[in-house]
Amino acid sequence: MIAVENVYFTYPIGIEALKGVSLTIEDGEFIAIMGQNGAGKTTLIKHFNGLLKPTRGDILVDGVNTKKTSVAKLAQTVGFVFQNPDTQLFCETVEDEVAFALKNFGFKKATIEKRIVWALNLLGLTEYRKTSPFMLSGGERKRVALASVLAWNPKVVVLDEPTIGQDYQQKEKLRQFIIQLNTQGKTVVIVTHDVEFVADCNPRVILMSEGKIVGDDVGKKIFADFNLLTQASIVPPQITKVFMELRDFGFPPDVVDLYEAREILQRRLNKT
Amino acid sequence: MSVFDGLRFRRVASPVHILDPRIKFFYVCSIFVVAILFPEILPLIVLFLLQIPFVLIARVQKEWIRSLRGATFLAAIIFGSNIVFRFIYAGYTLILPDLEFALAMTLRFVVLVEAFSVFFLTTSPDHLGLALEQSRVPYEFCFAFTTAVRFVPVLADEAETIMDAQKARGLELEKGNFLKRIRNYIPILIPLIISAIRRSLELAEAMESRAWGAIEKRTNLYVLKMKAGDYLLIAISVSILILGIYLRLHAFIPSLSDLLL
Repeated sequence: MIAVENVYFTYPIGIEALKGVSLTIEDGEFIAIMGQNGAGKTTLIKHFNGLLKPTRGDILVDGVNTKKTSVAKLAQTVGFVFQNPDTQLFCETVEDEVAFALKNFGFKKATIEKRIVWALNLLGLTEYRKTSPFMLSGGERKRVALASVLAWNPKVVVLDEPTIGQDYQQKEKLRQFIIQLNTQGKTVVIVTHDVEFVADCNPRVILMSEGKIVGDDVGKKIFADFNLLTQASIVPPQITKVFMELRDFGFPPDVVDLYEAREILQRRLNKT
Repeated sequence: MSVFDGLRFRRVASPVHILDPRIKFFYVCSIFVVAILFPEILPLIVLFLLQIPFVLIARVQKEWIRSLRGATFLAAIIFGSNIVFRFIYAGYTLILPDLEFALAMTLRFVVLVEAFSVFFLTTSPDHLGLALEQSRVPYEFCFAFTTAVRFVPVLADEAETIMDAQKARGLELEKGNFLKRIRNYIPILIPLIISAIRRSLELAEAMESRAWGAIEKRTNLYVLKMKAGDYLLIAISVSILILGIYLRLHAFIPSLSDLLL
């Protein structure tokens, strides 16, 4: 469980990025943090593994205050996948890349070997085991970065902008993968601008604007609240927009899910 | 990256910012020369204090103090090594003049950092490139120079992100003995170098697609012109230089310990 208690954060250059954020993330939850650029999303998630420490307020990860422990300790519970895989890849082979964190955390050699096989298999990278990560495509590099974090099996997985630069098919694969992780009991937190992606995943949505949380609800409620979305500069998913336009014809305005939309439309079509 | 913060330019409307960069550079060089001339502590203290009004007029005190703080580590090394070598040289005794000498050497370094930090804090990279160009330095060199200056903060930001990413994978930079600590930086340097190379290739393509080097003689939108303030700064710099050289040649400079005791 991650408890964020009235957290304020000011960067050394004087920008106040978080202005009193409180939030509780239970074990096994799936959360999407959304909001415009500069809303404080990335600043907030960097607090979860102690990369940033609150200027005021506290963050408790499983009851441990992040101010009183190290990033290396917290990282074992909270795995953080950065937006750009190129900020972390440096090894000669994909295998070494995955082993890097495991060695840092002091896993035994036999365990490391097992975990490498498991993580590479999980993300379909087994054939690239001895390849240099720099020879891989952008999407594959992103998967290597993800594998290198999942390898130590953290309880919480935080993904910063996982869908950027991915084509639709890769996004769909990623979505299924994230949902699979979540159903296996992992807490998943994603930060994203991609409303369509979030609408498809249907997580709990936290909406941020100017360093504060302005909305916290299921996607269905958030995406149908037009005023809230305007405040956070977010455009609703296309399917929601269509249903909002069709409100005069007696359609419900809070449809985010494609399957739900299809059912409603089918029912209507069968009636006429 | 507090060291870089002291060199990061911020646009402020002040009399110092609009000075001709060539003249400001001449001023920095004069300070530099005079600081090198004197191993005694008194003139160095004067040089140090001399620059403070300059900083205040430019309203860059905050950044300036930050850059001095960034220099403390190197200053401490200079002080320490001077003390150690003087100590050994004097036959394992420490006398007051030695301490003063070590302090003077440290202060000399601080004065140099101070002067350069004021220069970089008050001169925009564009302005600097312009100054080089109008001093008839070939455009290729000017461009390379301004680009390098321009990318320092970008690289500093990137280094920070990379550090965060590796820390999130359990890297502890401050762990282990001296050699291990140096090796700890490999996971940070490799991604940084690769991204710098990648970025330079992209930059080259972007430049070519914008017709870089299409004509021999470029024209400038802005042309540097000397104003009253520039002449004043020349006068100040030349006075510092002449006074410094004169004092060096003809005056006896008392040491601080003699004055106090």
